[in-house]
Amino acid sequence: MTKQVQQLDRVIIRFAGDSGDGMQLTGDRFTAETASFGNDLSTLPNFPAEIRAPAGTLPGVSSFQLHFADHDILTPGDAPNVLVAMNPAALKANLGDLPRGADIIANTDEFTKRNLQKVGYTTNPLEDDTLAEWRVHPVPLTSLTVTALDNFDISKKDAERAKNMFALGLLSWLYHRPVDATVKFLESKFAKKPDIAKANVAAFNAGWNYGETTEAFSVSYEIKPAKLTPGVYRNIAGNQALAYGLIAASVQSKLPLFLGSYPITPASDILHELSKHKRFGIRTFQAEDEIAGVGAALGAAFGGALGVTTTSGPGVALKAETVGLAVMTELPLILVDVQRAGPSTGMPTKTEQTDLLMAMFGRNGESPVPIVAPSTPSDCFHAAIEAARIALKYRTPVMLLSDGYLANGSEPWRLPEIDELPDISVEFATEPNGEDGTTFLPYKRDPQTLARPWAVPGTPGIEHRIGGIEKADGSGNISYDPNNHDLMVRLRQAKVDGIDVPDLEVDDPDGEARVLVLGWGSTYGPIAAAVRRVRKAGGKVAQAHLRHLNPLPANTGDVLRAYDKVLLPEINLGQLALLLRARFLVDVISYNRVRGLPFKAEELAGVIQDVIDSD
Amino acid sequence: MTESLNGKGLALVPKSDAKQTMKDYKSDQEVRWCPGCGDYAILAAVQSFMPELGLRRENVVFVSGIGCSSRFPYYLNTYGFHSIHGRAPAIATGLAASRPDLSVWVITGDGDALSIGGNHLIHALRRNVNLNILLFNNRIYGLTKGQYSPTSEVGKITKSTPMGSLDKPFNPISLAIGAEASFVARTIDSDRKHLQSVLREAAAHRGTSLVEIYQNCNIFNDNAFEPLKDPEVRDNITLRLEHGQPIVSAVKAVRRRPDGSLEVVDRDGVDESEIVVHDAHNPDPSVAFALSRLDEPWFAHVPVGVFRSVERPSYDHEMSVQVEAAKSERGAGTLSDLLMSGDTWRIG
Ligand code: SF4
Repeated sequence: MTKQVQQLDRVIIRFAGDSGDGMQLTGDRFTAETASFGNDLSTLPNFPAEIRAPAGTLPGVSSFQLHFADHDILTPGDAPNVLVAMNPAALKANLGDLPRGADIIANTDEFTKRNLQKVGYTTNPLEDDTLAEWRVHPVPLTSLTVTALDNFDISKKDAERAKNMFALGLLSWLYHRPVDATVKFLESKFAKKPDIAKANVAAFNAGWNYGETTEAFSVSYEIKPAKLTPGVYRNIAGNQALAYGLIAASVQSKLPLFLGSYPITPASDILHELSKHKRFGIRTFQAEDEIAGVGAALGAAFGGALGVTTTSGPGVALKAETVGLAVMTELPLILVDVQRAGPSTGMPTKTEQTDLLMAMFGRNGESPVPIVAPSTPSDCFHAAIEAARIALKYRTPVMLLSDGYLANGSEPWRLPEIDELPDISVEFATEPNGEDGTTFLPYKRDPQTLARPWAVPGTPGIEHRIGGIEKADGSGNISYDPNNHDLMVRLRQAKVDGIDVPDLEVDDPDGEARVLVLGWGSTYGPIAAAVRRVRKAGGKVAQAHLRHLNPLPANTGDVLRAYDKVLLPEINLGQLALLLRARFLVDVISYNRVRGLPFKAEELAGVIQDVIDSD
Repeated sequence: MTESLNGKGLALVPKSDAKQTMKDYKSDQEVRWCPGCGDYAILAAVQSFMPELGLRRENVVFVSGIGCSSRFPYYLNTYGFHSIHGRAPAIATGLAASRPDLSVWVITGDGDALSIGGNHLIHALRRNVNLNILLFNNRIYGLTKGQYSPTSEVGKITKSTPMGSLDKPFNPISLAIGAEASFVARTIDSDRKHLQSVLREAAAHRGTSLVEIYQNCNIFNDNAFEPLKDPEVRDNITLRLEHGQPIVSAVKAVRRRPDGSLEVVDRDGVDESEIVVHDAHNPDPSVAFALSRLDEPWFAHVPVGVFRSVERPSYDHEMSVQVEAAKSERGAGTLSDLLMSGDTWRIG
């Protein structure tokens, strides 16, 4: 039987199942196959905060969405073309996102009366006309897997567990994915349990063969590799890229990295990743709480290390006082905030951009802190180096604002040339800097950067004391002098205001746009995808994206004023808009959604078009 | 890196060639505690003790929190970090864990260490980073002008408790032993010789040493420790803890009850063989804990000295061992290896 092969330029697949079904692993593997095939891609995992919500229920559904294409793409896609539903809960939870005509591959074995009841189906949707608008492929994934593994010396439970690999095999056939790497992966993942390894490989192959030989699927699809910039690529998620960026910052600054951290979703993976790389001289310290995490990082910075603490919003709130101490003692410190939906515990596994104002102002007193925000998962690497550069050069705490979407989303990353990474090395103070040649003035500033000397313990002749009490300019001695305080407040502000950040670049191909769409952080992908759509439809729109939120690029005001209208989509209630209006008196148009999810390109395209059309 | 550092608290800290005096450790800053404050005596004791260690002064760091005692670092001509309320153990942990060549001292008070910073204190103790924590216990809040503290006796009348405080105080020694501290001692501001002998042992201990120092706040809680200073009674109520010696005061002795707990009895009439001999190195903390329970608020008798000093791996050292092991097993990391780890592919 020869099967038809159809060419597609892009596909969005969502794997959905119970959180025990291994959907994240399945998605990761499909991503790896797709990456090595050479498609451009973008992923969006979505998992419950509960580690194991009751099986088969809606809160227990875990999913992984993957968008891949023969051209460069910017987002994990608005709506899936294909849904793999491992049980009724997965179907019900995801059906609302599915456009008419999309394919549904459903594991019929799990559509039992009991499972249907759990999610409120009174009849089986696979058997009535509930799914009439979609193309349904009923496949008894579990029983096919168990049958395929009949001859293996493993328990029925282990056999059933391999059903995700059967599904992966089927999808791999359907989209012509290369399979060798997955086989190798399974062999090494289960190296200690060879029977399980063999069974999983067999299930994977059985899934492939099912597609190839049965009549259930008459068409398979080809998506040509994308024409990407030449280079060496790997797939990378934001948290991993951020961890690598911190390691690179340590290498490029020649300073040992010290991470003080307390586990918190969705930032913990950075702690996990860094703890694997001790051979870079990295010390990772899992502290008793958030405050100790940042405290230890600051203590290490006092000792001359690259001090880093990683957390999410609730942790930033707890660390605020210590960040203030870092502002006062003018020591380098990197605080990574992987933002999540708040307030309070909020929705830990969902994304948001709602910590911007906390990063700006969430401390007592006038305590300016530079802010850097990466725009894509791989950009987390470069943003981490940039945060370190600022922290070290200006001796200041720096906030690095990632978020849950960047942290867990992944994309192919063209590896940078190591020798093109910036040199961010610093010099410690080595001798007295007072006019008399014997005194050391810990608060005597570099006239250019306004940074104070970094004088680390162990250096003779410059022993000194610092702390949270106001300092006398120069000497750093305790001072309650009113004019000195006024001066120091202004100096600390001037230092941050004077940080060298590159100008804001505007993308406006024909220079005729009257509307600018501005964004910051993780909205880059959806905004850029929306801008493409609008332009394709003939609309004229300019795009600019802020990576430095404090200080803002020097040309920000000019850019804003150069357009009739400035549209600013944010996953908050208008936090950057508030800052820009206050600072530049430009009435930016806010577009805000706080659903714990990234924007959709289509949604934003509509908003942009509306702004262009309105007068 | 793998040889034992037990008992060598300062083994990795470089020594000074020059002979040092107390003057070397005095900073140029004017000391600003209330006249008569016990902090002066402790400062003088520390300043005159430091030269004995013979360390390079630039490798000594004092880290403090907030409170009267936490001004301490400003007055020592070493590196110093006056941090924020309660957090000094955390900050010092990061410093000591990343710089084994430093001698790190934490200066804290009863409010700083046991109230706002209680969590950091207990975790520093269980973790056993190479730190010396000097806890100045004056049983009151001084800097905020006289509220009761977590070591104040029940019923304490203060500005915030005009009808008497309600909560039961911590016993810092019991707390430290309960937190698995490897070195726990108590001394008093007025007895310089004893104070310095305890500091000596604390400095030699590799790991976290906690030294409770009874300190008189003559403004808000004057004479809190008077019985321990009064020449008439102090020798009668002070139970000296010296390793290998029977635990006695001039008139009292410590004896084991049949159920294993300890009691203080008149020395007269007790058979020498019944008196508990102090074993600071006993791996089992229960006797040290029982000793700490002999305290009672009105100082009928008070054990002072080193309650417990046991050897156990220090966190900073173990951390270095892991780093060195990772380097020697897999070689020092390079960025290109790091970026190329995992699945990569080439385009073009
Ligand atoms: S208030 Fe008490 S503890 Fe504070 S400096 Fe004065 S006497 Fe000393």
